[in-house]
Amino acid sequence: MERAAFQRLRWRCTRRGLLEVDVTLGRFLEEGFGKLSDAEARAFARLADYEDLELWHLISGQKACEDAQLAPIVAMLQKCRGNAATAA
Amino acid sequence: MNIPVYKFDAVIVGAGGAGLRSAIQLSEAGLKTAVLSKVFPTRSHTVAAQGGVAASLGNSEEDNWRWHMYDTVKGSDWLGDQDAIEFMCRKAVEVVVDLEHYGMPFDRTDNGKIYQRPFGGHMSNFGEKPVRRACAAADRTGHAMLHAMYQRNVKANTQFFVEWMALDLIRDSEGHVVGVTAMEMETGQVVIFHARAVIFATGGSGRIFASSTNAFMNTGDGLGMTARAGIPLEDMEFWQFHPTGVAGAGVLITEGVRGEGGILRNSNKERFMERYAPNAKDLASRDVVSRAMTTEIKEGRGCGPHKDFLLLDITHLDPAVILKRLPGIREISIQFAGVDPIKEPIPVVPTCHYQMGGIPTRYDGRVMTLGADGESVVVPGFFAAGECACASVHGANRLGTNSLLDLLVFGKSAGDTAVEDLKAGHAHRDLPADAADKARARLAALNDRQGGVSVAEARAAIANTMQTHAGVFRFSDLLKKGAAQILEVEQMVNNLEIKDKSQTWNTARVEALETQNMIEVAKATMISAEARKESRGAHVRDDAPDTPEFPNGRNDKEWLKHSLWFREGNRIAYKPVHLQPLTGEPVALKTRSY
Repeated sequence: MERAAFQRLRWRCTRRGLLEVDVTLGRFLEEGFGKLSDAEARAFARLADYEDLELWHLISGQKACEDAQLAPIVAMLQKCRGNAATAA
Repeated sequence: MNIPVYKFDAVIVGAGGAGLRSAIQLSEAGLKTAVLSKVFPTRSHTVAAQGGVAASLGNSEEDNWRWHMYDTVKGSDWLGDQDAIEFMCRKAVEVVVDLEHYGMPFDRTDNGKIYQRPFGGHMSNFGEKPVRRACAAADRTGHAMLHAMYQRNVKANTQFFVEWMALDLIRDSEGHVVGVTAMEMETGQVVIFHARAVIFATGGSGRIFASSTNAFMNTGDGLGMTARAGIPLEDMEFWQFHPTGVAGAGVLITEGVRGEGGILRNSNKERFMERYAPNAKDLASRDVVSRAMTTEIKEGRGCGPHKDFLLLDITHLDPAVILKRLPGIREISIQFAGVDPIKEPIPVVPTCHYQMGGIPTRYDGRVMTLGADGESVVVPGFFAAGECACASVHGANRLGTNSLLDLLVFGKSAGDTAVEDLKAGHAHRDLPADAADKARARLAALNDRQGGVSVAEARAAIANTMQTHAGVFRFSDLLKKGAAQILEVEQMVNNLEIKDKSQTWNTARVEALETQNMIEVAKATMISAEARKESRGAHVRDDAPDTPEFPNGRNDKEWLKHSLWFREGNRIAYKPVHLQPLTGEPVALKTRSY
């Protein structure tokens, strides 16, 4: 992904309405995004366009993801966990 | 270099609840209105407000704006201005009905009225018994509000500038506000927005604390711009904290966890609340629990490599109870702390939630400063509303669900006052020749500097200094040290370096600009907190304890006044609290107890 496009995605992932989404997407951009295929990266960008509450309901498992392309990305977000306390 | 000038009747900075509400008034009055936002409007932090909005509609049972006013004044620990509080509580019904007309999907009663639910601190008959006053749209009140108001603005032809960062306020030689400088993130281009009215609705600034529930965008941009323009910030020592946020992440762990039997422990695994509150223990009030946690950390009994958090233990509970009674807690804990709470305790720390202070305003939305003789005077052309403003209705502590009410009432009121001004018909005042100089100089310095401090390092220094020295429970020795230390951190911020010098989508540059705003908020908070030698509302000091002479440590003789912090010279001034409401008798001073 070219620099400007990535920076725009980064901004849109880490300036969210909900802190929960900021933290989850921000962490994934650093730890998981680089390993995605082009198709997966596109799916991630599409998922990042979801509304904050909708996205948080998917990440926290309160709702199941019914989009077959996005479900694997949601699963990756759920596995990309913090160890906030010891990292602080 | 020529800078493009965009001319509007009004420019609003911030597109959350307050900004959108102001914009409706201006656009529907036929005025050419621009709204600048760092993010798409419906992604503003207002979306995080789930609890509801207070209004004494009396749909579920008898209610009265006077009772709502009483609860708000008491919540504010008598620091709120009673004229502004009366204005807000009386206008509450009107702004809720407005929302109804915009299509907001409020929860309903069987007969089709707006359903109202009980909320902490909402009482009938001047504190007698709980009353149902909160109007909500399921658990997505803020979200529904943003959508309803955004659509209304689209209909009214409000012009949105999305992913733009406002840089500085432009004032002319007579002090009138005549516009803002702003940068489009996509191109890096700097533009002057020349306006007849400027409204700031930039939200809270909770990112100045290491542990905060605020979203990453809450960096106090409006407060930074205001302070740099020579206008003071009011009551910045008052911040609402929540006892249990996930350490390092800030995400809230609901108080229900302690209600279900969760126990707080220190590094010795001790149930320390037994020492601080022998009867209530872990179920003591928010303030008591937060204070005890801060004391444990200060005295070296915190956990982890930096001894800076405590543990919330529910491992003794039946896993079935955890899953049934505390839905989502296991997921939050796993996701943000990397800990399964069924097996291990959750690392937690008192966490900043809401900013009571801000840009000084009157209830009509006008920004106020101090004149040459120390009297309050209007800053012509400048308005503010919502969490960035201090009307002051929250005083020393905010009543639950008054945050959404604040942004609706004062967003509308600022919009209305601006419309009145503009309809009165004065033309655009001339832009000063140096209109964009300050902003350009800051950008040039960031671009040119080599071998400076990284943004990440400076932000961590701000956040840790604030959390350690000016957290939920304040110690006089730490405040003194903090006041010196935050000025050292300011030197780091003055020396920021960004490695990425590109013009388009340079997020490093935007983050550096945000950091320059955060340091102004941090200084204002630290210096105001150090100066206020009493305990009141959310500002609680160890050297101002509860005594018969000063119940809860509050000292009305010396400290019943608003703080005003000026950036220049790091100076503090004070102004009186408006104890006189618009009509009727004041809510008389008394000890605040629940």
